[in-house]
Amino acid sequence: MDGYKMSRKQRRQLIRIVVCLAAFAVLFAVDRVTDGWAAMIPGRYGWLLAFGLYLAVYLAIGYDVLWRAVRNIAHGQVFDENFLMCIATLGAFALAIYRGATGLEIEGFDEACAVLLFYQVGEWFQGYATGKSRKSISALMNIRPDSADVIRDGEVVTVDPSEVKVGEFILIDPGEKVPLDGTIAEGASSLDTKALTGESLPRDVAEGDAVVSGAVNLTSQLKVRVEKEFYDSTVAKILDLVENAAEQKSKAENFITKFARYYTPAVVAVALLLAVIPGAVTGEWSTWVYRALSFLVVSCPCALVISIPLTFFAGIGAASKHGILVKGSNYLERFDKANIFVFDKTGTLTKGNFAVTAVVPEGGREEILRLAASAEKDSTHPIARSIVAAYGKEPDGGYTLTDVAGEGIAATGEGGEILCGNAKLMRARGIAFEEVDAVGTVVYVAKDGVYKGALVIEDEVKSESAEVIGGLNALGCRTVMLTGDNARVADSVAAKLGLSDVKSSLLPGDKVGEVEKLLAAKGKGDELCFVGDGINDAPVLMRADIGIAMGGVGSDAAIEASDIVLMKDDLRGIPTAKRIARKTMAIVKQNIVFALAVKFLILILSAFGITNMWFAVFGDVGVAVLAILNAMRNRA
Amino acid sequence: MKKVFKLQDLDCANCAAKMERHVAKLDGVNSVSISFMTQRMAIDADESRFDEIMDEVVKVCRKVEPDCRIVR
Repeated sequence: MDGYKMSRKQRRQLIRIVVCLAAFAVLFAVDRVTDGWAAMIPGRYGWLLAFGLYLAVYLAIGYDVLWRAVRNIAHGQVFDENFLMCIATLGAFALAIYRGATGLEIEGFDEACAVLLFYQVGEWFQGYATGKSRKSISALMNIRPDSADVIRDGEVVTVDPSEVKVGEFILIDPGEKVPLDGTIAEGASSLDTKALTGESLPRDVAEGDAVVSGAVNLTSQLKVRVEKEFYDSTVAKILDLVENAAEQKSKAENFITKFARYYTPAVVAVALLLAVIPGAVTGEWSTWVYRALSFLVVSCPCALVISIPLTFFAGIGAASKHGILVKGSNYLERFDKANIFVFDKTGTLTKGNFAVTAVVPEGGREEILRLAASAEKDSTHPIARSIVAAYGKEPDGGYTLTDVAGEGIAATGEGGEILCGNAKLMRARGIAFEEVDAVGTVVYVAKDGVYKGALVIEDEVKSESAEVIGGLNALGCRTVMLTGDNARVADSVAAKLGLSDVKSSLLPGDKVGEVEKLLAAKGKGDELCFVGDGINDAPVLMRADIGIAMGGVGSDAAIEASDIVLMKDDLRGIPTAKRIARKTMAIVKQNIVFALAVKFLILILSAFGITNMWFAVFGDVGVAVLAILNAMRNRA
Repeated sequence: MKKVFKLQDLDCANCAAKMERHVAKLDGVNSVSISFMTQRMAIDADESRFDEIMDEVVKVCRKVEPDCRIVR
C-alpha cells in the first residue's frame, strides 16, 4: 500500500477541490460573519450577488457532474447519481432563488454549493482509496518477469519469456527474476521466493534443483534448462489467478448490488411523495420540497457498493502477502464459516518423507530390500522411493511391473515374481505371512509365492500439525483425516494430533466418496474444506466446498483445482487465512450495518425536518469515507 | 467461449454493477462478471457470434458509463 502516487487526474481534481473549498469558505465566512453579501447591494435584489458568487463556485466544482447528468439522461440512465446530485443541488438553488425573489431571508445557496463540494470530496476519496488498494494487489504483479536471456547458437539473446521453448537454456543473473520454470544445469545460488510464498528466508539451490519462475536469484549466475513454456509456468498461473480473483463474487457483494438497485429508485419515489403530498396538504411547499431534496442527497448507494468489494479486495491482498492465494471473495466469505476440515494425511499433516525404519526379520535386510526395491523402482509413490533409497544400490531390472491399486505392486520377470505390498495383497495371493505389528506402513515382500519378510516405513508428522489442528478444534471445527494407511497407523497419528475423526485404509478413489459422504451429512451453514498437497487429490479438492492446496509452488494441477492455495508448504497458513477471512467478514458486516443505519437515520430525520441538507451531505460523504477507511484497515 | 477484457476508467462501483446487469440481459451472453476492483470483465458468450455480441456489449456499456472503455 505504501508509495502509492496519485494519478494526474486525481491530483488535478484534488487541486480543484481545495481551491473551491477555499473559495467557498471565504464566501461562507463573509456571508455569516459579516452582514453578508446582501448588505452590499441594498434593496430587494440583494440576494443576486450572493447567488452569483455561489453559482460560480458551484459551476467550478460541479460542471462535470452536471455534464454527466445531462449526458446520461440522454442515454436513458435516469437514476444516475450525477443526476440525483444535480436535482438536489439545483433544487436547493431554485428554492433559494424563490426565497430571494419573494423577499424572504436569504439562505440555501451555500447548501447547494456545499452538497456538490462534499460530494466531489467523497468521490475523490473513493478514487484514491480504490487506487491505493489496487496498487497493493499489483505489487504482487511485480513477479512478472520482463525478459529472459536465452542461449541460442552459443550466444545470449534477450527475448520475451513467452518466446522461450522447453529444452532451451537460459541464464539468470543475480538480482534478476527467474523467468520460466526449469532445472538448474549449472551453478548454485540462493533464491528469494518471498513474492511467491511469503517466506522471507532465501532458499539455497544447486545443480539439478528445480527453480520456479517469479523467484529472484540472489547470489550468483545460474544456467537453467527450461521445463515449461511461459503460459504454463508458475508465474503465469499465479498472475492469471490473481487477476481473475474478483470474478467470483461473494454473497455480500451480490446482496449490496441488488440492494442498490432498489434503494435509489425507492428513495427517489419517497422523496417525490414527500414533496407533493404534505406540500399540497399544508401549502408549505418550500419546507417540504427542501426536505425531499435532502432525501436525494442520501439516495446514492455508492458508499455501500464500493466499500464491500474494497474490503474483500483488501482481504485477498492481505492473504497474498502471506503467500496465500484466494481465488475469489466468495471463498473468503465461505472460509470464514468453514467448520469441517478434512485433511489428507501424507504430505499434508505429515512430511511425506518416508523412511524404512525396520526390516523384519532383521537378518534378511539385504535381500528383502533388494526385492522390494526391484519391484518399486519405477513408482513415484513416496513409500516406493523410500524403499529404493534405503536399498541404496541399483535395483534389479528385467521385471514387468504391474500396479495393483490399493494393494501394492507385482513384478514379474525372468527372476520370478515379486509381490510387494500390504496385507491385502498377501491375502489376495494366498501367501502365508506373518502379520507385523508396528505403527507405520508395513510393506510385505514375497517371492515366487514364498513370504520373505516385511519393511516398516514411517512418515514424520509435521511440527506445526498438532498446533494447527489444536487451534481449529478450539474454534469448534471438526477435523477429519483421510488416509490410505491402515487403521493402526492412522489412529496413532490422529491421536497424536488430536483429530476429531479419521478414515483409514482408503483407496485413492475412496477419498472423493468420503468427502461426498461428509458433504451430504453436513448441516446447513456448514462449510467443508479439504486440505491436500495437490498430488493425486485434484478431484477431492474440486469436490469440497473449499479446496485448499498446500505448497502450490511448482504444482499447477493443485493451483487449478483448489480455491485457496497455500504457496508455502506450511499448515499455519490455514489459521492465518482464517484470521484474515474473519476480519474481512467482520468489516463487511460493520460497513453494511453502519452505512445502512446512518442512511436511514438521515432519511428519517430529514423527513421530519430535524436535520438540514448540510447534515445529510456530511452524513452521506462521511459514511462513504468511514466505510472506505474501515475497509482499508483490513491489512492483516 | 469465455474471455476477459480490461476496462479502462471504470470509476464507479455502482456503474460496474449496472453494466453487468445490462450486459447479462443481452442475447447470446451466457454469463458476465464485472469486477470494479480489478477493472475486468469476464464474459461467456455464444462463440459463433462473439464479435457481434461484443459490439453490443460495448454499446450498452457506453450507455451506462460513457467514460469507461473496453479494451478489446
